Amino acid sequence: MQPMIAFTLNGKPVQADVPRDMPLLWVLRDVLGLTGTKFGCGEGLCGSCTVHVAGQATRSCVTAVGDVEGKGVTTIEGLGQGRLHVLQEAWLEHDVAQCGYCQPGQLMSAAALLAAKPRPTDADIDRAMDGHLCRCGTYPRIRAAIHKAAGAGR
Amino acid sequence: MSVTRRDFLKVGAAVGGGLLVEVWSPGTARAEGWKGSAPFAPNAFLRISAEGVTFVCPQVEMGQGIMTGLAMVVAEELEIAPGEIRVVASPAERAYDNPEFHLQLTGGSTSVQADFEPMRVAGATAREMLVAAAARRWGVSPAECTAASGAVTCAAKGKRATFGELADEAARSDVPRKPRLKTGGFQVIGKPIGRLDARPRVDGSGVYGIDVRLPDMLVAAVVRCPVPGGTVKGFDGAPVKGMRGVVDVIQIPAGVAVLARDTWAAREGAAKLRVTWDEGPNAGIDSDAILADYQAAAKEDGKKVRSDGDAARALAGSARRIEATYVAPFLAHATIEPQNATAHVTADRCEVWAPTQGPGMAKEVACRITGLSHDKVVVHTTLIGGAFGRRISQDYVAEAVWCAKAAGRPVKVVWSREDDIRHDVYRPFALHAMQGALGPDGNPVAWSHRVVTQSIMRQAAPEIIPAILPAWVPGAVKGGAARLATWFLGRADEAAYEGTEAVPYAVPNMSVRLVTRELGMPAGNWRSVGHSHTAFAVESFVDELAHAAGKDPYLYRKGLLSSAPRNRAVLDLVASRAGWGTAPPPGRFRGIAQHASFQGFAAAVAEVEVVGGVIAVRRVVVGLDCGRVVNPNLVAAQLEGSVVFALSAVLKEKITWKKGRVEQSGFGDFELVRMTDCPVIETHLVSSDGPPTGAGEPGVPPVAPAVANAVFAATGKRLRTMPLVLPG
Repeated sequence: MQPMIAFTLNGKPVQADVPRDMPLLWVLRDVLGLTGTKFGCGEGLCGSCTVHVAGQATRSCVTAVGDVEGKGVTTIEGLGQGRLHVLQEAWLEHDVAQCGYCQPGQLMSAAALLAAKPRPTDADIDRAMDGHLCRCGTYPRIRAAIHKAAGAGR
Repeated sequence: MSVTRRDFLKVGAAVGGGLLVEVWSPGTARAEGWKGSAPFAPNAFLRISAEGVTFVCPQVEMGQGIMTGLAMVVAEELEIAPGEIRVVASPAERAYDNPEFHLQLTGGSTSVQADFEPMRVAGATAREMLVAAAARRWGVSPAECTAASGAVTCAAKGKRATFGELADEAARSDVPRKPRLKTGGFQVIGKPIGRLDARPRVDGSGVYGIDVRLPDMLVAAVVRCPVPGGTVKGFDGAPVKGMRGVVDVIQIPAGVAVLARDTWAAREGAAKLRVTWDEGPNAGIDSDAILADYQAAAKEDGKKVRSDGDAARALAGSARRIEATYVAPFLAHATIEPQNATAHVTADRCEVWAPTQGPGMAKEVACRITGLSHDKVVVHTTLIGGAFGRRISQDYVAEAVWCAKAAGRPVKVVWSREDDIRHDVYRPFALHAMQGALGPDGNPVAWSHRVVTQSIMRQAAPEIIPAILPAWVPGAVKGGAARLATWFLGRADEAAYEGTEAVPYAVPNMSVRLVTRELGMPAGNWRSVGHSHTAFAVESFVDELAHAAGKDPYLYRKGLLSSAPRNRAVLDLVASRAGWGTAPPPGRFRGIAQHASFQGFAAAVAEVEVVGGVIAVRRVVVGLDCGRVVNPNLVAAQLEGSVVFALSAVLKEKITWKKGRVEQSGFGDFELVRMTDCPVIETHLVSSDGPPTGAGEPGVPPVAPAVANAVFAATGKRLRTMPLVLPG
């Protein structure tokens, strides 16, 4: 019998009966049923799986669920806490998403960036967002939307 | 534009109403609340009830915004705000065939071109039937009634009724034979509105193929032969079956599938599974050997694509000859959502959930594997995490159906990134051997172009042909027709040379010939298809001619485009917006290119900087003439995306083969452009009221040569092999 792994997910306590080395991504998607966090590469190279662990943008595909035990995890479903986050509003205003598959991950990194740096420069945005791939090519609109949210939020 | 194929649907209340219950549109904005068939279904595309107006979009939404674009077209003629329309994905039914292909397939930048008129007719038909219903109710003539903002009003009688209130009666109106379409004064078409289906793509609620979860569902990881066409010789599933979560290990045509209770367990099982392969005839595939073969093949005669005058003679007689050979690699699509599909097969029914560009082809694949008839197979098109031509192929659908058939319960097949890079249908490798000769004025007098590449259609035909043929054609006959078409298409595949035959420059002697090779690996449609490499060759070569002639590359092109006004106009547009002829910022250099594809005319100016031997693209000005623009916001997004997509190929991407295997395995060695690599992108549209055409692809082709030409301007080095790398 493996012990249950407990952590806080979008503000609520959850438990999962899974191996400690199972990636957080698959626990979220397949065990806990939150599919907003996406699988893109499994190697931490595309950023689609980004969530917050204790407020830090984290690649859930290369994070063992055992490593988040007792910590707070936020996914795209919990980003706006029941409404749209200012970044999600900006994403809609700039019509950022094309296919949209990478956008939950992009939004989670952008939110971590704004939390740490409310008025990011282009260089800050490059640093924070460079771990994300968007095959549709929405980078210019992501940049614009982050600036917009930074201006609107405060 | 023909709408006749859809005319039979006008009486389709029964056809449409019956189908509609099947429509499953996860994540489409405002899709919730659908309760069943509607009282008023004037055609396959519209359902009107007290709950509102639903538009069944005949084209697949894969991020390009077609659900919004076509909803706007419908809304324009129906007289309702687009935001008031609920848009749902169409089921896999022939009613939703793309008129361009006679096949339910979204691709080739055809959606707007093919469906602009039919969707206007769909909207106008419904409007006239609603107006007729209102006129009957109020005892007035239809001419005294006006449709606007989702309601019909009669000013004389002071009456107003919403479309929903009129739906029951409208179903009894005569179907107009030729509904009146607007001749101008569009209120919706041409407006830069936002996507109607944006919200589920930013709040995590959208259900992509990979997000499908069904009761009792298993997840499958498939181990495939690393060599294309190889087959399973043997495997030992026993050790894997004992692993956590693994339920079964089964052989399917694509390889060996590990069925498990979650994706991770399936993946872990697949990693442990040992399979021995018969690698078959393709185990020797090798990129270096292909290049050498193509270089030799460029001297073969090949097949005629275009012949004006006598290019050979003009070349032989010229003192100013220029020769150049361009090479473009195999490329993967690398959609961020890896390939996947879910299927549930029972004795008398098969359901498929798939992120597919071709629901009709997916259905045909499911029919073939299960032996079920078309009426027993349902395909649900989910949200799609990028397509770019990859999802025209239905290989992942076949895998899911085979697995589900064996398992007797729902199975979702999920590819790893490595699977996705190593088992793609690749943009073919291509070599372009070009020769030109200049006259005394510097203008070209001769142009010779030999294209060497692989046929795409020859490989795609076995999936496409059966889905084009009517449902009543027996499977065996469909298979025979597919083989025949494969043979035929392999000989004359336009996708192999498109863009080389329509070179618009005034050259009196022009010869274009095609040599095709069968290589054994799967080939596929990659955003802009043949144009993705032919434009690089043609527009780099024109630049070389301009340089040899000592002329400005923009003015040189312009001078040769006197009989190609649309090419010239978009070239002028980008030149002027980019400030061609003025000095770029210090350290930056400009290159220019134009290319027509998919009925659209595009051009680009790239500004590059070379920093420490590395090419950095700082600014791209891209222009497009795609006729009348339905939604400038969506077209701009497609152009931005086209530039980024093209830049990944210009600067980074390459698939190579060794011992029959793809050498790359993921985003570590098949890199894409990231935020830091992304230039400032400025998009410009040619104002036009011509027939609207697609915007998804034409922006891609001119980007590569514009960058290569800018690199030449910066360094004096002519880079003729993609991706562009400056010699160390």
